[in-house]
Amino acid sequence: MIRKALWLSATSALLTLFTVGGHAEDRVVNVFNWSDYIDSSIIDDFTKETGIKVVYDTFDSNEILETKLLAGGSGYDVVVPTGNFLARQIQAGVFQKLDKSKLPNLSNMWDTVSERTAIYDPGNEYSINYMWGTVGIGYNTKKVQAALGTDKIDSWDVFFNPDSLAKLKDCGVYVLDSPADIIPAALKYLGLDPNSTSADDIAKAQDALLKVRPFIRKFHSSEYINALANGDICLAVGWSGDVFQARNRADEAKQGVEIGYSVPKEGAQMWFDQMAIPADAPHPAEALEFLNYMMKPEVIAKSSNFVLYANGNKASQQFVDKALLEDPSVYPDPETIKKLYTVAPYDPKTQRIITRTWTKIVTGQ
Amino acid sequence: MSNIAITDTTGQAVPAKPVVKSFAAGFVSRLVILVPYLWLLFFFLVPFIIVFKISLSQTAIAMPPYTPVLDFRDGVAGFFAGFRDLNFDNYAWLTQDALYFNAYVTSVIIAAISTVLTLLVGYPLAYGMARAPATIRPTLLMLVILPFWTSFLIRVYAWIGILKPEGLLNQLLLSLHIINQPLVILNTYTAIFIGIVYSYLPFMVLPLYSSLEKMDYSLIEAAKDLGCPPTAAFWKVTFPLSLPGVIAGCLLVFIPAVGEFVIPDLLGGSQTLMIGKTLWNEFFANRDWPVSSAVAVILLLLLIVPIVLFQHAQARAQEIER
Repeated sequence: MIRKALWLSATSALLTLFTVGGHAEDRVVNVFNWSDYIDSSIIDDFTKETGIKVVYDTFDSNEILETKLLAGGSGYDVVVPTGNFLARQIQAGVFQKLDKSKLPNLSNMWDTVSERTAIYDPGNEYSINYMWGTVGIGYNTKKVQAALGTDKIDSWDVFFNPDSLAKLKDCGVYVLDSPADIIPAALKYLGLDPNSTSADDIAKAQDALLKVRPFIRKFHSSEYINALANGDICLAVGWSGDVFQARNRADEAKQGVEIGYSVPKEGAQMWFDQMAIPADAPHPAEALEFLNYMMKPEVIAKSSNFVLYANGNKASQQFVDKALLEDPSVYPDPETIKKLYTVAPYDPKTQRIITRTWTKIVTGQ
Repeated sequence: MSNIAITDTTGQAVPAKPVVKSFAAGFVSRLVILVPYLWLLFFFLVPFIIVFKISLSQTAIAMPPYTPVLDFRDGVAGFFAGFRDLNFDNYAWLTQDALYFNAYVTSVIIAAISTVLTLLVGYPLAYGMARAPATIRPTLLMLVILPFWTSFLIRVYAWIGILKPEGLLNQLLLSLHIINQPLVILNTYTAIFIGIVYSYLPFMVLPLYSSLEKMDYSLIEAAKDLGCPPTAAFWKVTFPLSLPGVIAGCLLVFIPAVGEFVIPDLLGGSQTLMIGKTLWNEFFANRDWPVSSAVAVILLLLLIVPIVLFQHAQARAQEIER
């Protein structure tokens, strides 16, 4: 009986293998994107319009994506790394140049964003912007009001000034466990070049962070979403989109937790999630079709309206919800955009200094 | 070799058949032993050699991110030429920064304390199970294994909900007026110990239970008859007899706890410096596969010592039984 069952399952497995082989001409594109980062109806619409089946898979950290890409043979056709990771990956030969003749919708892109993404991908030869945002301060308005006497945060001073952060210690402060996001912010607060790779400047940033270290409960790059939403902490230095996610979860939970997000007036770092095609992608033609589809103004606007991030597509702005477009924490006004900065990727030697400095800040060793 | 052996035996006019048969039987039994060795070869030795080789390489901005890669792209000569670029620089690097040494030491200390705590919690549990009526023992055993049916990650995550300042534990203690300020447990070493003891308890209880269950309790009765008080009987009879279980349980907890990454990451504070996190940093943040491989090789050597000690103890225990 068992033998028969085994035999049956073995033959049916073989059969499926052959049927998959028989439909090899079916067009497929394997997409690897961040989790919770697309309106799933876009994928269905793409398949309806082009007949290309989308195999959609998600990741939750750049490091995981990078390791898969560097190991090679990932099998993905479209991946979405963040700018500074993308830059290194281009150097390592991970991606293929985009055939721009297949991407007529490139004309929709926003030069304000393209100019900046060119820091990571010169000439935007390998990648197209999907979404972008800032590194800023997310906070629980009621708890901050109680501790500081104001619910308006507009400066890095609330975080880097030990006197003010000390008042928030008890209600909880989380910080991204990401040196490339926090050390430039410290440099900016100190009036130094956020892109500085000088050991002296990095040491100054370290001192500034060590001064507030006693008041920081935890360094973690994802836990702050839940912690903010549940009202467990009152302040987090984090990525804009994550804070908006926390805000939405808090609204859904209706426990009276209100989350605010501030782009500090001194300036904040901009990050860019870029769509690119791996050099060993099995379906490069379908990948190009997918990228071109994602640059349609109404499509990418639909995605922005769903995930609440700004995109790098100028033509899409007429389709973006008015509330989102006018929210300065999502689409900052031109004055604020001028103050936003980008951070070029570190060379391996600086990377080592930065990581070591970070370990010292985080663990005290 | 085998042919010669057969002709020799036939030459001596000994019936050939039984010899061939015993030879065949020996071959089969050797084949059976071969299976675990093949297993070790493919799933331990080969991966280890790969990791060891990477630890002798240098980082590079390339795919894969180290050099030399040692492949046959440049023919056999190219493969062997790559060996010249291998060296022990990464191991030297590990000695230059106290960070790695401190991380190893902290991990061993945390693992050792957790192991002792798990033993203290697990021993009475296993003892109670072994002395319980035989009819309910399978149920008790089932209850110990039951948590494995839920994802390890989710169970550790649940502890955040229990231990956090507004968590279940603090709410309970506050409402019972045992404390009037919420206890800060989450993001401390205490939380890590709680997490490890909770997660690894079954690995301690199961070997302890199996050694205690096999014990002959008439020995205790004999000790009592001879006037030995219960505590002394425990230390003189029960505990020594359960020692193999204690050692097995402690190793099963200690070894994974040294390299533990998830529990310190979720429950511990950022100041916790453990080797698992250091390895993660080298691999993912610095993208330095060679140094992280060197960290992993040293970690392995660190763990092999207690395993060898355990093997030794087990071999001795078997000799005593004979």
